Amino acid sequence: MFDTAGVKPLIEVKGLKMYFPITAGVFRSHVGDVKAVDDVSFTIFEGETLGLVGESGCGKSTCGRAILRLYEPTAGSVVIDGQDVLGADQGLLRRMRPKMQMVFQDPQASLNPRMTVAAIIGEPLDEHTTLSKAEKLARIYELMDQVGLNRDFANRYPHEFSGGQRQRIGIARALALNPKFIVCDEPIAALDVSIQAQVVNLLEELQDRLGLTYLFISHDLSMVRHIADRVAVMYLGQIIELSPRDAIYAEPLHPYTQALLSAVPEPDPEAEKTRRRIILTGDVPSPANPPKGCNFCTRCPKVMDICRVEEPRLTEIRPGRFVSCHLYDETAGATAAPGATPSNNNTAIQQGE
Amino acid sequence: MFTFTLRRLMIAIPTLLIISLVIFLLLEAAPGDPLGDVPLTVPPEVKAKMREALGLNSPWWVRYILWLKQFFWVEPVHLWDALFGTHFGDGMQRVISFQSRQPVMQIIAERMPQTLMVVGLAYVVGVLIALPIGIISAYRQYSWFDNIGTFVSMIGFSVPTFFTGVVLIIVFAVKLQWFPSVYDTTLKVTDAASFWAQVRQMVMPVTVLALYNAAQISRFMRASMLDNLGQDYVRTARAKGLTEKVVVLIHVLRNSLIPVVTVIALGVPTIFGGAIITEQVFKVNGLGQQLILSIHANDMPMVMTLTFIFAILIVLFNLVADLLYGILDPRIRYD
Repeated sequence: MFDTAGVKPLIEVKGLKMYFPITAGVFRSHVGDVKAVDDVSFTIFEGETLGLVGESGCGKSTCGRAILRLYEPTAGSVVIDGQDVLGADQGLLRRMRPKMQMVFQDPQASLNPRMTVAAIIGEPLDEHTTLSKAEKLARIYELMDQVGLNRDFANRYPHEFSGGQRQRIGIARALALNPKFIVCDEPIAALDVSIQAQVVNLLEELQDRLGLTYLFISHDLSMVRHIADRVAVMYLGQIIELSPRDAIYAEPLHPYTQALLSAVPEPDPEAEKTRRRIILTGDVPSPANPPKGCNFCTRCPKVMDICRVEEPRLTEIRPGRFVSCHLYDETAGATAAPGATPSNNNTAIQQGE
Repeated sequence: MFTFTLRRLMIAIPTLLIISLVIFLLLEAAPGDPLGDVPLTVPPEVKAKMREALGLNSPWWVRYILWLKQFFWVEPVHLWDALFGTHFGDGMQRVISFQSRQPVMQIIAERMPQTLMVVGLAYVVGVLIALPIGIISAYRQYSWFDNIGTFVSMIGFSVPTFFTGVVLIIVFAVKLQWFPSVYDTTLKVTDAASFWAQVRQMVMPVTVLALYNAAQISRFMRASMLDNLGQDYVRTARAKGLTEKVVVLIHVLRNSLIPVVTVIALGVPTIFGGAIITEQVFKVNGLGQQLILSIHANDMPMVMTLTFIFAILIVLFNLVADLLYGILDPRIRYD
């Protein structure tokens, strides 16, 4: 398990909110917000990998992009290596970019189709360094070696590569300026399984060698278990559980995490037979209109009355384990109604706009 | 690339032959008599002799093949003679206009400069103002600049040139008397005063045509920019920490220009075709105006030759657009 003692936090996110306005009518009046990320706080320590998991549309990618200010967040603060990201003006922000980079989900679309590999990897060097042409080329070759790309490919275009190779280009590009922090936004989701392992191993290897810090966004729970030191689970724009990896996989605390982990298939057929899945009913509510109280109260198998009224806070209930659930409130814990059924009378706030 | 060009040029030969036949047959089928304007006082036997002299008595296919021979053999030989002072073409029958009894190519050569100057300049001006408007409109989508740009291009699109031309004449030539309403082709630019006169007489026709061209191209540019601005690789470019200038002008613009360049290249043949209506409104005696005059007079060799030259240009610039595509987009390779 990752030892946080004595390691300084590299990234501190506090109260991050990313609302996308909904406008309607002739005058485009503001009628509401899609709360893609709603009050998210966490820290990532230097050299650590924080896994961010959750189902599609829960705000994982938005969160990652907002941290790097590829979106303009609505509220909150992000401090990376002692520097405020959200308060920086455009000029300062650009100078901070070398420190924080991103590996994108779609390796095809995220590379400019009209640029060669060397141009894609070398462009940040043009912008942020004063290297000579020969030095730049040497650096480009060095990066290509690091990610396992043949140097002969430097003058080819992205469409001439396979998906795994393209993702390597994306990683080499992110590494070009020696970043400290990399947001990996589902870097393996577009790859097939054999290539996924290669890319994840490459990321781990680079982390060991270069001392990188990752925010690893994924919906692949087994992959996150492999790479992450701590895991944050998101649901409907909020972090509902944040724990060290081994603890969360051994004993998930939040009912949603329990349901999520129960869905991971078991490779052993004997164990698979006895695996009991917690099947949630209903759909994720619309982030434009989240339910009152706890966001999960519409589908929670252990829902209580208080859940529909009061929003739970993310609190540390055991050392290093944060959960946002009324089940673990010191006062409410005892009143959990046994066998409470999930309410299905919330059809009005189902997703699907 | 070279073999592709060669292959395309070879395919162009049968294409153009078929086009020439279609044009010829269409003109043949069109009603009207080249001698219709000859006064009734001319005796019928004289008229018959004139018909004989124009070669109108031979069957259509004889006249078609004769035209082919004249266009593809005699005219190039004459061009060679004119360029190098030789006399290979002496005595060969050139394509002669029924109307003026002058070689058709000579008339075209006389009128080409006016058309290229006015229509060509309007095209260049149109492109030069359309590209920045399209880029800024897309980058600041739905801003006041974009809304005004959209409104102006809507006007450019929907108001015909014969209307804008006349409006400009009434306002600037009749009321304000800033510019002359008639384009004077005989004007020779010799000094500053005549240059100024030339500029003044070009302002209105160029404005009318430039508005029309800019309206179309700026819309293409805007749409193409918007398409690319939302792409993932633009986000990658921003994440690299590039300046907005580099992101927009290098990454987005270069990718957006590809379809726009095609549209611009395909528009070039229309310059040579002349803007028939605008030339008519401002009395610019260019190729477009000549085409109208020849159609009125049933001057078949002239109409046939002009139309066919437009066809060649269109086929040629189609090829140019395809080649540009291959140069701009590394994913497209012709070989």
